[in-house]
Amino acid sequence: MTTVTGPAVSRKLAINRLRERRPLESAMVDRFLARHDVPIVEGGRCTFVYRGEADQVCLVHRTFGLPERILLRQLRGTDLWYVIVELPEGSRFEYQLEVAHGEQRERINDPLNSRLAHSPLGSSSVCYARGYEVPEWTLPDPEARPGTLVDFVVPSRALRRDCQAMVYLPARFRRTARYPMLIAHDGGDYLRYAAAKTVLDNLIHRLDVAETIVAFVSPGERLAEYANSAAHARYLTAELVPWLEAEFPLAGTPSARCLMGASFGAVAALSAAYRYPAVYGSLLLQSGSFVFTDIGNDHGGGPVFEPVVRFVNRYRAAPRRVADRVFVSCGVYEPLIIRNRSMVPTFEAAGMAVRYVEARDGHSWENWRDRLREGLSWIFPGPQKFFYE
Amino acid sequence: MRVVLLGPQRRPTVDTVVRSLRLDGPIATITAGWQEREPDDELGKHLGSRDVNLSLYGRWLDVQERDPGFAAGERRLNGVLEEVQDIYLLRLDYALQAVYAVQRRSANDPVRTDALAEAVAAVRELDAAHLHRISDLRDEFYQAREPHARPVIAEHRAAVAGLLGDTAALVIAGGHVGVLAHTLHLFDVAPSLRSPVIAWSAGAMALTDRIVLFHDRSPQGFGHPEIYGRGLGVLRNVVPLPHARARLLLDDAPRMAVFARRFSPARCILLESGTSVEVDSDGNCPPGTRVLAENGRVTSVEAV
Repeated sequence: MTTVTGPAVSRKLAINRLRERRPLESAMVDRFLARHDVPIVEGGRCTFVYRGEADQVCLVHRTFGLPERILLRQLRGTDLWYVIVELPEGSRFEYQLEVAHGEQRERINDPLNSRLAHSPLGSSSVCYARGYEVPEWTLPDPEARPGTLVDFVVPSRALRRDCQAMVYLPARFRRTARYPMLIAHDGGDYLRYAAAKTVLDNLIHRLDVAETIVAFVSPGERLAEYANSAAHARYLTAELVPWLEAEFPLAGTPSARCLMGASFGAVAALSAAYRYPAVYGSLLLQSGSFVFTDIGNDHGGGPVFEPVVRFVNRYRAAPRRVADRVFVSCGVYEPLIIRNRSMVPTFEAAGMAVRYVEARDGHSWENWRDRLREGLSWIFPGPQKFFYE
Repeated sequence: MRVVLLGPQRRPTVDTVVRSLRLDGPIATITAGWQEREPDDELGKHLGSRDVNLSLYGRWLDVQERDPGFAAGERRLNGVLEEVQDIYLLRLDYALQAVYAVQRRSANDPVRTDALAEAVAAVRELDAAHLHRISDLRDEFYQAREPHARPVIAEHRAAVAGLLGDTAALVIAGGHVGVLAHTLHLFDVAPSLRSPVIAWSAGAMALTDRIVLFHDRSPQGFGHPEIYGRGLGVLRNVVPLPHARARLLLDDAPRMAVFARRFSPARCILLESGTSVEVDSDGNCPPGTRVLAENGRVTSVEAV
């Protein structure tokens, strides 16, 4: 388990103690950096530092609520740059540094911080504020029996292509049993960046989540297929689900079917259930790109969001029950937080049971990973309540 | 029927209890709740190798293989029972939220007291209706499928009855209470039971006339105690609470009070590590037994 704690808030910050040193020599900066993990987390305040010659250094990030670029100050007489940022307890903060030499600007991961978060767009540095813990159930547990991942190709007439799917079969998979089914959009990314297989192995082993068969599907043209596409919904419902239910021992009832997705994947999940309202009993929607307008057409998302906005506007105008249960999670540091909060009463008004969870995190795969326990254990609760050893 | 309920056996006490009963002869054991770990010889070393495992889980797997028609029917039944349980939990959630809402009202006057009693009565009514419903579904299934007339099941039932007939006592371990209760019913253990019965955790729960599931420390926070189904009915008016301290928020007296009132007059008996309680078939237990009282506090049974 990785835990971040800091000293009491009342203490003078380490960087301020260094600033008071006279004369401030290079060797002192060396010792300062050797003594501290970077960023330096002290109570609610985090000191970001960069060492090197530069004309300007900025902290860049996508945290909603903070200025997009935060200037670091150079410590007089040294090549050390720093800035202090208040991060509320339990925050996870992804960032990079932008280092300028004249007109030239370069974005880099923090060379003094070995913690990285990965996504399809690359990696970035990550700061764990006080109180944030990497959940131990996201890390490989030698006690947990591993499930298996099997590659499949499902030919799709709806999408006019062969669709790749990876199917997770839980440990001790039995043909004679009946399993619930989860379909995960952006499946490859869930596996690569959200440790989905490790998470499933662990949560099933700990009886938090029912033994579940999971189809990890990956898009072709993601922004088209996941933006309220009739073809994608038809592929899922008329092709993939029947194929899975023929191939595997699935319970085959709405209550044992769930669609999951993050960001545009959440839109894809909601829109598929909207088009086929009696098929899926549950939805697990993470940081859904539920962009909408209340007046006018200026949604700020650009052309790729046009079909999403049309769909979400239509849904909000006439909310419809598309599943029995909806788990919604979102990071409070994402611009989408307001959209997601707004969707909760809309879902409830449609008569669905909603579980809504927020976290001090951004639009990131590790945020989505960290919410899987709450989401999956609510959708398909494990048999913990049956075990009395 | 002499029944001894024990606490969890991580640090075993079953050996001491068996010795104190001065039993003569082999001891039947049921470890079906352990499922695939059933063949593990963990109990044998504590019973002086006098154990005869009835292998109920192994027999159930055999039925799955050799009587596919019955197995398919069982799966369908389970699907229906799960749906019924889901609906019950949905209703239970609203009914218990009403109880807690009334309970939270600050005024402690007769109006609130009456309202609380009515709200608890509504939950009890729901519990009773649910138990009735799922028992009916199981009964209908057994009547339609006639397990006694199916060769594979009949063969196993006869074998189980024969083994029980030759033993001096029965020991039932914990594990998955649903699997355990199902195999006990399927192989018709009740008529062949031999006194004394020593049971712990899920084993203790499976002896009762009403199995109550409870778990306050799930990833979703506290859950509602729920009726799961009928056990063997050897014990009436008892709700065993294995691992009570670990599984229940015992310090939340108002919630625990609702728990106790909901299942009253049944005694909610705490079965913690090291507990050993002899209970009669009406749920009477000796002075000193730790139980959940109707005020939500853990208390000891007093001598009458």
